[in-house]
Amino acid sequence: MEMIVASAIGVLTASGIYLILRLRAFPVILGMAMLSYAVNVFLFATGRLAVNAPPILKKYADLAYSDPLPQALVLTAIVISFGMTAVLVMIALGAYLEADNDKIDMTEDAPENASEQKGRGA
Amino acid sequence: MRDGSILAFIAILPFLGALMPGIMIRAGRNACASFTAVPTVLALLLLLTQAPAVMRGEVLSTTIDWLPQLGLSASFFLDGLGLLFAGMILGVGLLVILYARFYLSAKDPMGQFYTYLLLFQGAMLGIVLSDNILLLLIFWEMTSLSSFLLIGYWKHLPEGRQGARMALTVTGAGGLAMIGGMLILGNIVGSYNLTDILAQGDVIKASEWYLPALILILLGAFTKSAQFPFHFWLPHAMAAPTPVSAYLHSATMVKAGVFLMARMWPALAGTDAWFYLVATTGLITMVLGAVIALFKDDLKGLLAFSTVSHLGLLTMLLGFGTKAAAIAAVFHIINHLTFKAALFMTAGIVDHEAHTRDIKRLGGLAKLMPITAIIGTITALSMAGIIPLNGFISKEMMLEETLHTTWYHNPWLVPVLATLGASFSVAYSFRFIFHVFGGPVRDDYPAKPHDPPFGLYAAPAILSVLVVVIGLLPHLAEPLVKVASSAVVGAETKPYLKIWHGLNTALFMSAVAVVLGVVLFLLHGGLDKIWNRMPRPEAKDMFDRAMAAAVATTRKITEGTHNGVMSRYLAVFVVFTVGLGYHAYATGGLGPVTRALLPVPPLVWVGWVAMIAAAWLVVSQHRNRFRSLIFISIIGLMISGGFVYLSAPDLALTQISVETVTILLLLLALYFLPKETPAESSTSKRLRDGAIAVTAGVAVAALAMAFLLRDGESISAYHLANSYKGGGGTNVVNVILVDFRGYDTYGEIIVLGIAGLTIYALMDALLRGPAAKRLRDRTFSPDRSRDRHPLMMVVATRAMLPIALMVGVYIFLRGHNQPGGGFVAGLVVSIALLMQYMASGFAWTQLRQRMEYHTMIGWGVLIAGLTGVGAWLAGKPFLTSAFGYLHFPPIEEFEWATAIAFDLGVFLAVLGAVMLMLYSLSRIARFAGETVNVEPMDYDPSTQAEEASEAPQAQKEGQ
Repeated sequence: MEMIVASAIGVLTASGIYLILRLRAFPVILGMAMLSYAVNVFLFATGRLAVNAPPILKKYADLAYSDPLPQALVLTAIVISFGMTAVLVMIALGAYLEADNDKIDMTEDAPENASEQKGRGA
Repeated sequence: MRDGSILAFIAILPFLGALMPGIMIRAGRNACASFTAVPTVLALLLLLTQAPAVMRGEVLSTTIDWLPQLGLSASFFLDGLGLLFAGMILGVGLLVILYARFYLSAKDPMGQFYTYLLLFQGAMLGIVLSDNILLLLIFWEMTSLSSFLLIGYWKHLPEGRQGARMALTVTGAGGLAMIGGMLILGNIVGSYNLTDILAQGDVIKASEWYLPALILILLGAFTKSAQFPFHFWLPHAMAAPTPVSAYLHSATMVKAGVFLMARMWPALAGTDAWFYLVATTGLITMVLGAVIALFKDDLKGLLAFSTVSHLGLLTMLLGFGTKAAAIAAVFHIINHLTFKAALFMTAGIVDHEAHTRDIKRLGGLAKLMPITAIIGTITALSMAGIIPLNGFISKEMMLEETLHTTWYHNPWLVPVLATLGASFSVAYSFRFIFHVFGGPVRDDYPAKPHDPPFGLYAAPAILSVLVVVIGLLPHLAEPLVKVASSAVVGAETKPYLKIWHGLNTALFMSAVAVVLGVVLFLLHGGLDKIWNRMPRPEAKDMFDRAMAAAVATTRKITEGTHNGVMSRYLAVFVVFTVGLGYHAYATGGLGPVTRALLPVPPLVWVGWVAMIAAAWLVVSQHRNRFRSLIFISIIGLMISGGFVYLSAPDLALTQISVETVTILLLLLALYFLPKETPAESSTSKRLRDGAIAVTAGVAVAALAMAFLLRDGESISAYHLANSYKGGGGTNVVNVILVDFRGYDTYGEIIVLGIAGLTIYALMDALLRGPAAKRLRDRTFSPDRSRDRHPLMMVVATRAMLPIALMVGVYIFLRGHNQPGGGFVAGLVVSIALLMQYMASGFAWTQLRQRMEYHTMIGWGVLIAGLTGVGAWLAGKPFLTSAFGYLHFPPIEEFEWATAIAFDLGVFLAVLGAVMLMLYSLSRIARFAGETVNVEPMDYDPSTQAEEASEAPQAQKEGQ
């Protein structure tokens, strides 16, 4: 089971990183989302894995429980990462609507930019 | 030691006072100046009440803990040296406030001036009263900053701005070096307390860190006191209004360096390194400053270089490291203050009345402005060291000390150079007197000079009286010099100040200096021509070139590394992070494996394969944005499943609901974004990125594996043990969220709320910017379904709404003891509402919405916060929860807990934030001219019959 989780984290990280290295906003947002998955699962995994041991206390039995602390932290992290994705989407959308392309690089010799300025001048 | 709690108040007074001028300027310039004087007078009076004790040799001190962990405390102490400097700062400050009232013209913003002046005064006072070197450093930096404001006060003058910048750069850089030196000093002694440090001089001098500390601290002192080769900033600071020059360059700013050397004397002085560094620098500065001063035509420039020279003299005396030299230094500090402040003010008066400071355009002013001429002459003679004025006595003492000084086996070098410096000093002082006030009256002054009103010459007149009195009756100053110099050397001194020491070598040297000085003065015309032809390094050009080079280099580095290519930054970041991780692994190693592997049931394999496949598809199909969005949702689902299997039901619930809203959000965004990503990266870039990604992935997987195979210590056992006992809940995750770590959760809902509001605000700004036009001109693709709100969906979602809300309430209520809680409930309810938006349309739903989402966020944060505050009423810390059990027979035992109110806050904030985010995005659509239906369905069968009967009619009418 550990191999499964670790490899899943690895694959998600690799996919996420490949996508954030792209040149357009949308793949980068997807990449950030995938990195968020990877990080959340990783943080969850730092509590070590346990099957059939949810951290819900039972009154009449002395059972083992999975680690509740990483779970609590990851729970808020999931919600916050949604907030982050939403802000990113908003910024990307704003940038696209203002610049008419969703490139994320800010190189000065961007052809779109140049032609737009020409257009404004004319 | 006496209790000195009054000292903290004295130190804070100017800062409090700095608030006044800005307010009082509305009541007029006199009121403004008077109210600026109040804190200064008050501080001076308070200081004087403490003076008798200090004069008896007592030391006052007080300590207020600030950051004891860092060794930083707001400690103040007052000994003889502190008393002398504090008195000078406040006394001259008062005179400068008076002088500035009459000097500043009606156009100058006077409130600003006095505010800066008081800030500066407070910073200086802080330096001389600090008993903690960290505190001293803070005040030291504050003098650099406030003097920047003062020097650059005339913002419209480029020289003012450049001079201010130069002063800040030089003194700021020196201050930076001094921080290093002070920290080393503190480390050697093990305390940042000045009193402790001064008592441990032997330990410091024996330490191998002595020399670095000494050099760094001296860099701070030398830059501040304009010692060679840092002297160049001082003349450029003359672009400031004259009251500033009179204050900064006689009594305060530049004396701070001298003060520091005197203060640190017991800790640092007495070694060879100290002598050669300090005395040599002082000697060079003294001679060089005096020589340059002779050839300055600008009155203030002359005085500036004279100040440089006299600071060099003081530095040299402190560098000698003997008791007698320290006495001479302290006495000369007083004398220099009296004549130099008066001279600057005189120069200001001349400038004010004749509208020029150029010596070559002046002369003959003695007849036109006799009072000014008398003040100027007396003080300039004192500067020259002419008997019987105070400058003479301290100069004699200085010359006497040089006779006892051997510089590298050379007994005559120091006395000869000192005499040379003194003769130039005589020459430029004579030039000041005769070329400004002497000679025939001219008729080409830019303005008609005459004596100024009393207010303007009162301050220099008081100072020139002091010059004469101290000169004739030097023993009056003896007690003050005694306590101050005793404080410098850390042992009792016996100063014996008198004007006539008999015919000795020092007197002979003095006579030589006067004769030589007169000769130099008479030869000035010829020497001036030679001087002007001589090539000499121009400090400002060099400084400007150095600055330009520094700016060019940093710009090159910035532009080289931050060229706007985000993918490169990220690649560098990832590679570097992986490298760091590898370094940690390679140097740290891993402990033994302590956990066995868990078995993998077949269903898990299915989920794993589905997820890996989905991840691969997202990456390989990412150009088709819709498709990749569908694939990414598979990943989220599989992760939720994983959470269920691995005993994290709360996470599973959260993940699956967040997944839903995330996909909805991205779908909404994709409505406006391009649907395809063009292929732009070259194959090599793709290969490179792939290699980086795979390496990082393998590294993270290995790290995760390393974690999973080993047990670790954690604090979780505490939470498990106390969840029910202390928090009253059996769902430990929820209890952690609303109780143990309620503060975190409170912060997180605030963050989420801010994110929601940010999106709303961004959207608002966007819809007002140039993007708005583009949106309005937008045409929608024609291949869209005409049935956007299908009947089936409308009916289904509407029937589901109460059920979904019920589920939300249920999940919310069970949260404390079973999986669920505010976060999940908020998400579930928002999905239920979003379904209405999707099914029935934006406008229809919006019409039925009773509560603004902003308000909901606000209520959420407020309720959560008030719940936390409620704990205060019970005398507990913020966010302490309380709970109890009620029993209504025949119902089961019923629990109540304040945590549920907190969770309600979480619920509202999450719901509000999520809805506000998606709602903001959908606003674009309406703005873009999207038609909205207030009717619930595009195609409503109940109205279809009527429409069908109307349609042919309309056709007929058209025909």
